[in-house]
Parts: sequence; C-alpha cells; structure tokens
Amino acid sequence: MDRESPRGPAFPVADAVASLGRERKLRLDCGVELGPYAVGYQTYGRLAPDRNNAILICHALTGDQYVATDHPITGKPGWWIDMIGPGRPLDTDRYFVICANVLGGCMGSTGPKDIDPATGKPWGLSFPVITIGDMVRAQAMLLDHLGIDQLFCVIGGSMGGMQVLQWASAYPARVFAAICIAASARHSAQNIAFNEVGRQAIMADPEWRGGDYHSHGVKPAAGLAVARMAAHITYLSEAALHRKFGRNLQDRDQLSFGFEADFQVESYLRHQGSSFVERFDANSYLYITRAMDYFDLAAEHGGVLANAFKDTRTRYCIVSFTSDWLFPTRESKELVRALNGVAANVSFVEIETDKGHDAFLLDEPQFEATIRGFLAGAAEHRGLGR
Amino acid sequence: MSAAEIQSAPIGIELRLIAEMVAAESRILDIGCGDGELLKYLTAHKRVDGRGIELDPAQVARAVAHGLSVIQGDADTDLKDFPDRAFDYVILSQTLPALRRPREVLEHLLRIGRHAIVSIPNLAYWRLRWRLMTRGRVPMTRVFRDPWYSTPIIHPCSIEDFLSLCGDLGIRVERSEVLTRDGRQSRFAASGAWANLFGELAVFLLARR
Repeated sequence: MDRESPRGPAFPVADAVASLGRERKLRLDCGVELGPYAVGYQTYGRLAPDRNNAILICHALTGDQYVATDHPITGKPGWWIDMIGPGRPLDTDRYFVICANVLGGCMGSTGPKDIDPATGKPWGLSFPVITIGDMVRAQAMLLDHLGIDQLFCVIGGSMGGMQVLQWASAYPARVFAAICIAASARHSAQNIAFNEVGRQAIMADPEWRGGDYHSHGVKPAAGLAVARMAAHITYLSEAALHRKFGRNLQDRDQLSFGFEADFQVESYLRHQGSSFVERFDANSYLYITRAMDYFDLAAEHGGVLANAFKDTRTRYCIVSFTSDWLFPTRESKELVRALNGVAANVSFVEIETDKGHDAFLLDEPQFEATIRGFLAGAAEHRGLGR
Repeated sequence: MSAAEIQSAPIGIELRLIAEMVAAESRILDIGCGDGELLKYLTAHKRVDGRGIELDPAQVARAVAHGLSVIQGDADTDLKDFPDRAFDYVILSQTLPALRRPREVLEHLLRIGRHAIVSIPNLAYWRLRWRLMTRGRVPMTRVFRDPWYSTPIIHPCSIEDFLSLCGDLGIRVERSEVLTRDGRQSRFAASGAWANLFGELAVFLLARR
C-alpha cells in the first residue's frame, strides 16, 4: 500500500508485513523450524522493470524498518532520514530501498512478544534463539516474496553491518555491492560483555517475571532502561560526551548531595533509557543481543575469515570511524585483510570523527560523500541508468 | 563521476608514461594512489579493473567518493595480505624510496602482480650531484621537494642502485623510460651511466625473470 501525503516524504513509501514460511519453513541455526512467520518492512522508491535497483538496508540492534518515515510509536523522524530521498546518497529516484525489521524484533517481524501458535500464548523465552544468519535467511525469503533475485546493494551499520557480511558470504550471487559500516566479522569479548550487562539488567528486574511479563500485563521497564543506558555509553565517545555535557549540572546551580540527576549526562542517559522502553520489547533485546554475540563469520568457515568470501564478485565498501571503540577500525581492517586475501573488489575508509560508534547515524559529510560515491561507482558498473 | 570529468582530469607526463605501459582491460593495483588520479585516467582510457591503496585517510575518502575502489592501507605492511598474481600490473609511483622496507615491497609487487610498474626519483641526477658538491647542502629540486628533516624520501636511490637491486632479486626490466628536466622523455636507455646522470625520474616496467 502506497501512502503519499503532502506532509509525508517526497517519494513513494510502502509499509507492509509479509507472511512468510507457509509452504517452506525457515530452518533456524538452532535447529527449530519456524513458520509461518511475519516480516515487517518498508520500501521507498520504485522497483525498476528489470528489478536490478534494489538496496536492502539492514538495521542495527535497536533500529527498525522506519528508516525514512516518522516512527509509528515515538513520532520521531526516521533513523536514517538524511541518507534517503531524491538526490540523497540512497537516491529514491534511482534505487528501490527496502528495510525489514529483523527476525526476533518487535516492530512487525515475528519475535518473542508474539503469540506462539502452538500454545496460544506469547512466546517469551520459549522463542527459539536466533542468529544473524537466521535474520538474513528471513530477509532472503522476503526478497523471494518481492520477486527480487539480486540486490544492487546491501548496506548496514553495526549489527546491520554483520548482516551485510552474512549476506555477501551466504548469498554471493544475490549481492552486487555491499557496504559494511562500523561493524565486525565477529563480536568481540568486550561487546559480548556489554551485552551481558544489558541482559542481566533486564533479567534482574522483578517485572521481567522469567520472561513471561506479557502474560502478567507488566514490563521490565527499569531493567530495559538500564540496559539501554549502559549500551548508549558505548555508542558515544569520551570526547563526544565531554563536548556535549562536560560536568554541567542539570537544572540546578549546585550539587544536590543526593542521587538525583545532578549532571546533564545523567539526565540525558535517563531520558535515553525511559524513551527506549516505550518502543522496544525487553525480550527482543535479549534475543537480538544474543544473535550479535553468536556472530563469528570466520568460525563458520574453518576459522579462516577469507574463506567466507572465497570467489566473491561483490564490490565491497568497508567504513569505520576513528573514535568508535565498540567496533574499532582494527576490526574493519581485519575484514579488509580477509577480502584482500581473496583479491576482492574492496574500498575501505576510516572516517575521522569524535562522535563514536553512532557517527554513522549522524551528520558526517565525509561519510555521506563516501557512500554516495561508492554507490555511484557501483551503479555505473551495474549499468544502472540515472 | 561522468566520463567527461574523468577525461578532463589532467595527468602528468610520468603518469601518462605509466599508463602507456598498461594493457587495456587489465587488473591493476595502484599503491600510494592518492586521490585516484591515475586510477581515474586508466579506468577511462584503458578500461582497467583498478584498485588503489593510500595511506592518507582524507585522500582515500576523496577517491572512494569518486567511485574508485581504494582502501586505506600501508604498503609496508599490507601487501602480504594479497594473494599471488592477483593483478596484471601493480603500480608504485615515486613511493618506493618513501617506504620503510623498499626491498621487501618490491618483492611483494612481483608476487602480487604479473608485472610491476615502478617510478623512482634519481638521486644521482646531475643537478643534485652538482648542488651537493658546490653548496655542501642536501639539494632540493622539483622531485626532491622537501628539506632533509621532513622529506618522505627516507630511502633515496639512483637509477643504477635500483637496477642493481632488481638484478639481486631476479627481476627483469621489460621497459624503461627516463625523464629529463622539463619532463621530456630522454633518448638514453634507462640503464647506463648517461641515464643515471641526466635522468631526473625513471619509470620501469618489471617482471619476474
């Protein structure tokens, strides 16, 4: 269904949920067969007659398919609105842009908050553990459903970047170009550790009720907020926090000698936490962080990352940010090394910024120019018209 | 970038000489490619499948923004990652004497590429010799641009030095071009005392013996 309103975006938007896995179930890495299952997605722009202009955006841990339209719950603008539209790097006059909510998510794709058809109750912790590979398999089935054989490009940052790598490795013939931003071919011990802090915060909340909070009509808001607060720190950098907040006090002239949010940075984090719980499901947070932790592309290929990309014909663009300590440049370089090892067509840019991991979501002219140029070059090789 | 923009890109005589040595539609790797001037030229004029490596992140970002396949990397450390014979030509323009391990890099060039194209500024160029002798100071020219304390050329060599290293490494010179001052191609072959004296810059097409 297209909705084009005068106040809405200046390009065609479709907002839909596909019901998949009816004839052929989705076989998950954990061995469970899932089906039918739902995938919520949005598309922007128009699919070309020969179906060669599709770009798939893979979203990050707490992202969703509302990339370039207002979020249905928060009302906030799409999370990558600056990148998408006529004349923008992901030009909707030229490309057909798709973004699907990941499997295990809570914005229209099947996840732990949905009803398990076998029991008639919410899945909760009986939902099967999913992996990045499962997310990508679900997306591939969505593309089958949409009648798209090959993506012109798959692009994503952070966990989205992991999906990009999985796509290129698992479906080499279906990916003409791949842009992997601020990501890694495997989740580091430090990142698993941060995820575990978040999960423990959720599970320590008495309202979590062993994962069965939906049945009790409550939610572990406090735990999920703490998880978000801890994670949010990792998305920034010391320099960015200092620049933004320093030691400035919040709505007061002096210290309270108590435990109110004296400092602006505290107030900011509390706001991040409390607004997050409005739109995100705590169990989804558990499942999706787990999927990230389990991601190790080399391990699936005999411990040699280059084997994951053997005989690849995809054009790669790898981007990292100097102040990103969650997915540091070192990890992108490891990826580049593996791609060079198979003589892949790869570009790699480290963008100078103090904005940390979240830089890919923020206004960074050099980043935007890189994506724009890479896509233009790839489009020329793909023979896409202007 | 449009084809017209690519074609209008100005290109120096040295880069044009390098371009002449490259066969059309070949696979090339340009090490120290800067913002991709030569890659752009070769893509437009020789329809090559080109890649680049550049140390300076700002130049890499510019090259990628122009649609070129360039990675940020260090020739001294990153060439070992490439498989044997991945390219038809590996190009190193005036970069060899700026590397920490020029000898190892030269070996890598001819492992990764079927051919290597290497250009070097000639330390034995007569003006340099003359200035050092008459003034007693480290000479500076258009090619040796920077003063001794900030020059990137940490391993300067002469044409004869370079050829001797190629001999030691079992590398064959398939073609050589010497540039005199004013950027003219010399009539002298790039082996021999005359070239070593009058050549300011030399470009070599190399292969394994």
